Amino acid sequence: MPNRRRALLIVFLLAMAAVASVAVSLAAGSMALSYSDLWHVFCGDDAGIAGEVVRTLRLPRALAGLACGGLLALAGALMQVLLRNPLADPYVLGVSGGASVGALAAMLFGLPLIVLHLSAFAGALISMLLVFGLAHGDGSWTQTRLLLTGVIVAAGAGALVALMLSIAPEHQLRGMLFWLMGDLSQAESPWAALALLACGLASVLPYARDLGLLARGELSAQALGVPVARLRLLIYVLASLFTAAAVNIAGSIGFIGLIVPHLVRLAMRNSAGNDQRLLLPASVLAGGTLLVAADTLARTVVAPQQLPVGVLTALLGVPAFLYLLSRQPRPSGI
Amino acid sequence: MTSPLLAARALDVDIAGNTLVRGLDLSLSGGETLAILGRNGSGKTTLLHTLAGLRPPAGGTLELCGKSYLAHGLREAARLRGLLAQTQSDAFPASVLETALIGRHPHLGRWAWEGAADERIARDALRAVALQELEMREVHTLSGGERQRLGIATLLTQQPLLYLLDEPLAHLDLAHQIAMLDLTRRYAGECGAAFVIVMHDMNLALRYCRRALLLFGDGRWTEGASEDVLTAENLSELYGHRLRELCDGDSRYFIAA
Repeated sequence: MPNRRRALLIVFLLAMAAVASVAVSLAAGSMALSYSDLWHVFCGDDAGIAGEVVRTLRLPRALAGLACGGLLALAGALMQVLLRNPLADPYVLGVSGGASVGALAAMLFGLPLIVLHLSAFAGALISMLLVFGLAHGDGSWTQTRLLLTGVIVAAGAGALVALMLSIAPEHQLRGMLFWLMGDLSQAESPWAALALLACGLASVLPYARDLGLLARGELSAQALGVPVARLRLLIYVLASLFTAAAVNIAGSIGFIGLIVPHLVRLAMRNSAGNDQRLLLPASVLAGGTLLVAADTLARTVVAPQQLPVGVLTALLGVPAFLYLLSRQPRPSGI
Repeated sequence: MTSPLLAARALDVDIAGNTLVRGLDLSLSGGETLAILGRNGSGKTTLLHTLAGLRPPAGGTLELCGKSYLAHGLREAARLRGLLAQTQSDAFPASVLETALIGRHPHLGRWAWEGAADERIARDALRAVALQELEMREVHTLSGGERQRLGIATLLTQQPLLYLLDEPLAHLDLAHQIAMLDLTRRYAGECGAAFVIVMHDMNLALRYCRRALLLFGDGRWTEGASEDVLTAENLSELYGHRLRELCDGDSRYFIAA
C-alpha cells in the first residue's frame, strides 16, 4: 500500500546506502585508507597526502558518480513515463548520441577539455531540439512518433560517431572509446551536477502522483485532471537536460537509466514500487549508489589500470536485474 | 442544483474534417441515464470525449454544472465528471487496490497521500463490482472482464456526479452486464448521478436508460425518451440492417432480421 511513512523509511535507507558507497569509494584505491583516516581528513586535522588524495581526487570523483548516477536514473524513470514504455532509457531519444558527436568532434580536432564539454552539451541540446521539433511537426505528439524520431536521430548520431572513430588517429582512439563507454576519471567539480539533480528532483516530486497517472495512460490521466500536454513537455525537457548533464560529466554510461528504475520497481513490488512518489527519489539514490560502487570497482579491480565504468555498470546491473526478474512474483489473493 | 449537470447547445463534433455530430442540443440532470447508440465509427467515442471536455468541440457551447470546462479547471472538472475509456491499459505493474485508488487523484492535495478514508472508498467501489477478493492481485493477471470492472471501480472511487462510460459492458458476461447496469440505476437513484453510456445492446438500453441518443454518423442525430426513439424503424436505419420488434406483455425486444 502507498504509505508515506514507509516510503520515507525506504528513502532514508537508500540515502544511508548512498553515504556508505561514497565512504567506501573514498577509502578504497591504490592508497588504501582506514575509516578513521577518513574521519581525520574530514575533521581537517590531517593535511598530509591522504587528505590531498581524498579532497582533490576521490571526493570529487565519488560525488560526480553520485550525481551522474542519480541524474541518469531520474532521466530514465521520467523517459519511461513519457514514452509509457518500460524499455525506454535516457538515451533512447538521441540525447547521448548528439553529445557523443559533439565530444568526439572536439577530441578529433584536439580541442581543450572545456571546449569538449561545451561541444558535448551543445550536441545534446541540438539533438534534443531536433527530435522535439521533428516529432512535434504535425502537432500529434504521440509516444510512437517521439520514439521513432529519437531512434532515427540516435542512429544518425551513431553513424557520425562511427565515421569519426574510423578516421581518428591511433593515439586518440582510446580516449574516444572510454568516453563512449562512460568514464568518471575525467570528472571535475561535481557541485553543478549535484545542484541540478537536487533542483530537478524538487521540481518533479510535486507532480509525482500526476506522473504515475500519466504512465497509466494519457486519456485516463487527462480525465482525472492531469495537465497532460504541459506535464509531458516538462518531463521531456527535464529528462533531456539531466541526460545531457550526466553525459557531459562522464560520457554515455549505459544501463543505469534503464535498469535502476526497474530494480527499484522489482525490489519494492510489495510496497508500491511503481508509485512515482517513491520511485523517483528511490531511483535517484539507487542510481547514485550503483554508479559510485561501480566506479570504485572500476578503479580498483585491476589497479593501477582503470576500467571504463560503463562496462562495470552493465556487468553489475544485468545479473542483478535478471535475479530480481526471476524471483517469484508475489502470491495472488493476499 | 438549478443548472443541469451537462448542457450542450448547438454542439458540433468534427474529426479530420468530417462532421460527425451537427448542432447537438442536450441537457442532462442528476438521476438521468442516456444511452448513445450508433454504428462503428459514427462518433460515439469522439462525442463522449468532447462531452468530457477532453477535446474541444468544433462549434457550440458545453457546460458542466453551469460552467464551461475552461472555467472549472482540470481538477475541479475531474471531481464532477468521470470517464471510463474504451480500453484500459497498464504499461507498468500495479495492484488492483492501487489502480482503484488513482480515482482519488482529483480529491487529494499536491502533497497528500491516500489516507484511510480514501482506501475505504476504493474498497467499497471494488465491492460494488465484486472485485473485493482480488484487491492485492496484479492488474496484469486480471481477465478482460475483471479489468473492465476494475476500470468501473476506479471511476466509482473518483465519485463524480456525471459518469461518461464508453462501452462499459464490453468484455462483461451477462450477469455482470446486468449487475453493471443495476449499479448505474442505483447510483442514479441514490446519489443523483447522471450517466451517459455508449452501448450496442438496444434491448438493455431500452430497459435501463430513460433516454437514448442515436448518432447516424453523418451529422444527423435523434434524441428522446428511449421508448420513443428506440423503434424498429429508427434502429434499422441506424445500423443499416433490418430489425424486428417483438412484444412480450409491456416489454419490447429487438432482434436482427
